[in-house]
Amino acid sequence: MSEELQARQRWMAVLAKASSDAIRARLNAAPALPAHTRLRGPETGLVMLRGRAGGDGNAFNLSEMTVTRCAVTLESGTVGHAYVAGRDRDQAELAAVLDAALQDEATRAPLLEAVIEPLAAAQAEARATEARKAAATRVQFFTMANMR
Amino acid sequence: MRPGFTDPVQDGQSCFRAVLEALSRPGRIQTVASGLTPPAALAPATAAVLLTLVDAETPLHHDAGEEADAWLRFHCGCPMAAAGDAAFVLSMGQPPAFASLCHGTDEEPERGATLIIQVKALEEGRGWRLRGPGIEHEHRLHVEGLPEGFLADRASRRGLFPRGVDVVLCAEDRLAALPRTTLAEEG
Repeated sequence: MSEELQARQRWMAVLAKASSDAIRARLNAAPALPAHTRLRGPETGLVMLRGRAGGDGNAFNLSEMTVTRCAVTLESGTVGHAYVAGRDRDQAELAAVLDAALQDEATRAPLLEAVIEPLAAAQAEARATEARKAAATRVQFFTMANMR
Repeated sequence: MRPGFTDPVQDGQSCFRAVLEALSRPGRIQTVASGLTPPAALAPATAAVLLTLVDAETPLHHDAGEEADAWLRFHCGCPMAAAGDAAFVLSMGQPPAFASLCHGTDEEPERGATLIIQVKALEEGRGWRLRGPGIEHEHRLHVEGLPEGFLADRASRRGLFPRGVDVVLCAEDRLAALPRTTLAEEG
C-alpha cells in the first residue's frame, strides 16, 4: 500500500470518529477551508454489514448500519469523499472537504497540525481513559490450577 | 467532476414524469428543467434522463467519451457493458444497429434495451409521421441529427413484437420518445 494511501486512511479514520462539533472547534484555529461544491449528498442510507464465520466460512449478512456519505469538489478539481457512521450530515460534509483539502500538498501540513493531530490525540486519550475505567473493575478468577 | 441533481428526489421525479409523458404520447416533446451542468458531451436532457433511469442494476453502454464516462460511473453507479448486454444504450447521434441490441425475451419483453439518442434538434409539426397507441390520428416529429436509414432499421425489427427496443430522443433540455409500439414513417 502506498504511503499516500496510508496517510489518507489515517486522516479519514480520525475524521470518521470525530463529531462535527469537535471538528468545528479545531477548524477555528486552522487556516480557512477552500470553497467547495457538493457533488453528492450529504445523504443518509443503510449499508449491509457482511461477516464471515471464523474468517473463512460463508459470507452472511450481519445487520445494516446507518451511514452518511458526502462527496465534494474544490475549485482546483480535487475530489474529497467521506463515509461516516450515523446521520450527522455536517460531519460528513466537513470530513469530505477536509479530505479534499488534505490531498492538496499546499494545505496538508497546516491542516494536519491544526485539526487531525489534536483530534487523534483527544481520541487516544478518551480510549485510554475508557480502558483505565474498565481495568479498575476487572475481576480475577483463580482456578484450582493456579491456586496450588 | 461536475455535480449531479441538486435535489435528487424532486429532480429525479420531475424528470421521470417527463419520460413517462413522452413514452405515453409518442413524439410529443417534453421539457426537462433540471438545472444540471453536465459534462460537455452531454445535453442537460440526456444527463437528466440518465441520472433518473440508470443505476447499479442497469448496465449502460455509451459512446460519449471519457469525461462523461467518469461522471456517469460516479453519479449513476452503473456497470458498463457491451451494447448487446446493456439495459440502456446512450448514443451521441450514431446509434448502433438495432439488431445488435438486447430485445428481451417473449416471456420478459420488458428486458428490451432503451436506446437514448442525443440529437441536434427536435421539432413538432413536420417530418416523420407517427401512428400507434398514444396518438389519436397522426403526429409529426422532425428530428435533426440522425443517420439515414434509422427508421428503416427500426421498422425491420417490428416482427419481433412484443420484444423490441424503446427509443428516447434528447436535444438540449427537450426530449421525445418512440416506444416499440409506434409506427414511424419518413414524412
